[in-house]
Amino acid sequence: MNSAPSPVVRLIGVSKSFGGVRALDNVDFEVSAGEIHALLGENGAGKSTILKILNGVHAPSAGAIEVNGAPLGDHTPEAARRAGIGMIFQEMSLAPTLTVAQNIFLNHELKGRLNLIDDEEAARRSRELFESLGVEVDPLARVADLSAGQRQLTEIVKAISRDVRVLVLDEPTTALSGGEVEKLFAILRRLRAKGVAIIYVSHRMDEIARIADRATILRDGRRVITAPMSELTLDKIIEHIVGRRSRGFSDVARKAARRGAPLLEIKGLSGLEKPSNIDLTLYAGEVVGVAGLLGSGRSALARVLFGVDRKRSGEIRIKGGSVEIGGPRDAIARGLVLVPEDRLRQGLILEHSVEANASLAILDRLASWFFVSRAKAADAVDRQIAALRIRASSRDAAARTLSGGNQQKVVVAKWLNAEPDIFVLDEPTAGVDIGSKAEIIALIRGLAERGKAVLVISSELSELLTASDRILVMTDGRIVAEYECAEFDDHDSNDDVGERLHHAERRLSSIVQQAYARH
Amino acid sequence: MPNADSLQSFSRPMRATSAAPPAPRRASRLADWRQYVAYLGFALIFVFFSTTLFDKGFLDPNNLLNILRQTAMISIMSVGMTYVLSAGEIDLSIGMVAGLVSLVAAVAIDGYGPIAGVAAGVAVGALVGFVNGALTTRVGIPSFLTTLAMMGIARGSAMWMTQTKSVPILDDNFIWLFGGGNLGPIPILVLWTLVLAVIGHIVLRRTTFGRRVLATGGSEMAARYSGIDTRSVKMRVLIISGLTAAIAGMLYAGRLHSGRFQLGEGDELSVIAAAVLGGTSLFGGAGTVVGSIVGSLMIGVINNGLLLMGLEYSQQLIARGLIILIAVAISQSRKR
Repeated sequence: MNSAPSPVVRLIGVSKSFGGVRALDNVDFEVSAGEIHALLGENGAGKSTILKILNGVHAPSAGAIEVNGAPLGDHTPEAARRAGIGMIFQEMSLAPTLTVAQNIFLNHELKGRLNLIDDEEAARRSRELFESLGVEVDPLARVADLSAGQRQLTEIVKAISRDVRVLVLDEPTTALSGGEVEKLFAILRRLRAKGVAIIYVSHRMDEIARIADRATILRDGRRVITAPMSELTLDKIIEHIVGRRSRGFSDVARKAARRGAPLLEIKGLSGLEKPSNIDLTLYAGEVVGVAGLLGSGRSALARVLFGVDRKRSGEIRIKGGSVEIGGPRDAIARGLVLVPEDRLRQGLILEHSVEANASLAILDRLASWFFVSRAKAADAVDRQIAALRIRASSRDAAARTLSGGNQQKVVVAKWLNAEPDIFVLDEPTAGVDIGSKAEIIALIRGLAERGKAVLVISSELSELLTASDRILVMTDGRIVAEYECAEFDDHDSNDDVGERLHHAERRLSSIVQQAYARH
Repeated sequence: MPNADSLQSFSRPMRATSAAPPAPRRASRLADWRQYVAYLGFALIFVFFSTTLFDKGFLDPNNLLNILRQTAMISIMSVGMTYVLSAGEIDLSIGMVAGLVSLVAAVAIDGYGPIAGVAAGVAVGALVGFVNGALTTRVGIPSFLTTLAMMGIARGSAMWMTQTKSVPILDDNFIWLFGGGNLGPIPILVLWTLVLAVIGHIVLRRTTFGRRVLATGGSEMAARYSGIDTRSVKMRVLIISGLTAAIAGMLYAGRLHSGRFQLGEGDELSVIAAAVLGGTSLFGGAGTVVGSIVGSLMIGVINNGLLLMGLEYSQQLIARGLIILIAVAISQSRKR
């Protein structure tokens, strides 16, 4: 890179707290003109907070931001844009009802005669932009009708249609095909040559290794290291990302699973796009973890199983009998439940009480004639509150008032009441603090001990390793590898549980990365 | 799936992946004909009445002009409604506001002359729109509730103002300009509709404001992330809607030579139906002023035709409801 790199963006001692939680703690971070700088870290490490501060969505609690040496006074999206910061979101900045060209020039429309918008000129310029990038997207198509990859490309063109000095990309390749990724990289290299400072956030280490010049790694809201990529190996990066803590998972005791009868058998299951051709058997009394990067089809698998997404082909057998799952109702009736990824929208009715939420799935059973029996509902819910140790002021408290961990327990309580055999949990600890994470992991183990079959999807590998008996690795909608958790145990290492977990996590992490790179 | 024997090497063979092409999306253009259902429906209904009611004078130029006059207020309010719906909001207060404005204008004309009357009418419309906008965007009450409450307030104010009595308008200039007059062969009401529709169409299609309205309704988050002040957009569309309601109210007053609190009663539903028939989305993000005008005309033609067919009022209501339901069902079937 340049011998005298001039920082285009500088974060100086930036901290940010949400309520009592420190999302960023005194972070220094700078990006030079003409460099691609990777920003790495686990979920919750503080990456997205940095992005939101750069974009003006959040104001820092402490510290300053400089763009080209000038401090950024206002913290609004408009001020960030004026300073030349362009951001590529995961489809967030496109209005589905407008055309591609209209979206690209949204809020900086091209004017023709009489100061009226010239949509033809916009379409022509958009076509040129797409052509210069060597991609084909119809500028006159409505965004709602585009494929995910085309939408992503539209986002990129939208960002670079203005003169940006800083371009921020947040997981830009999740929706792109291999060829499209190559095109994106070509675009980024061209922008880098023009002196644009590029911040690149991704979980995909092979891409980072190929495209980035430097990397900054965050962990728990702090900056761990900033170094040129030439000095970082995959192992080193993972080590920095994972850190050396045991994360409080070490006290989750894992007994050897007593594998019972097969409860869920899947053969050749495919969704409309993902997953594809999944074979999987879940046995009573075991926890199976699913690892994979964003977009690997993990959540799609859960949605197809639960009947939210349609399946294209394949067979699902529950307790030996072939079943057709046309919707969540069918799944629940067969004893399969989903603790969804987005508990705030899909899992809970936030304004309703703990009792109302936890009894939602069993209203029929609680009712006599048409009236829900308050006494029976209260009884059932109180039992779960005690069993799961849900901390709420009372069963009448609104779900909104609970902490993330306790909210998640309410979702689990809802399903426990329905007495299912098979649990599918999608990112069960997202947005949950560390202490409650361990409790939820323990809860998952508890489900298996009670003879349930459990499928856990998670981006946090230490969590998967602690919770699961087996781990599947998915990429591009397929299961590409399967491991017994015991395989990750280091034979010649010491007995320290935290150390062992740490070691296993690093191994699993490189497996996931390599699986993605290979595909 | 075979299990790994050991983990010494991470380089285990993985299943070859055939690059499956993403499922092709349904061609968008194919579904687009539904956008024009209002135009098609309008043509069909028009032809139907033309043939069946030929001997009852449906095609008589006077009857056709009458339809245009009768629907002018609905058409004009549907221009404002197109903006409100496109921005993802709704305005239920317009009908009652039109009635209130007719009275305010009549009273002001009586006391201070026609110019004061028009100024007072416009001011009331703008004020109601501003209050609707402020409550919706600053206080955060959904526009459905804000404008539902405003509906009652406007109606109550109108009734209270003159103890439910109607107020006659004697000023000839006002009556000529707002309703009674003709410019050559063209009724002035039709001219009002035409002018407002053309302005409304161009502003929505070809100005940055119009684009911001559509973006706000299409995805508020996307609009905000693109630097659009969505609250100001919503405020403005509600003011526009209040203003078109005010103009409609004055046209009612001019046409009937008086202000009455009952004027505009129930118009909000016809106006929303007209906009939706024309292809404006109830969920925001898509709207066309031309479509709304055609939707209004369609409702006008249906009303007129059913009347000429000799149906009783009760039967008219049922038939009109069914026709609108069918048309809206077709035009909405592709949306979300």
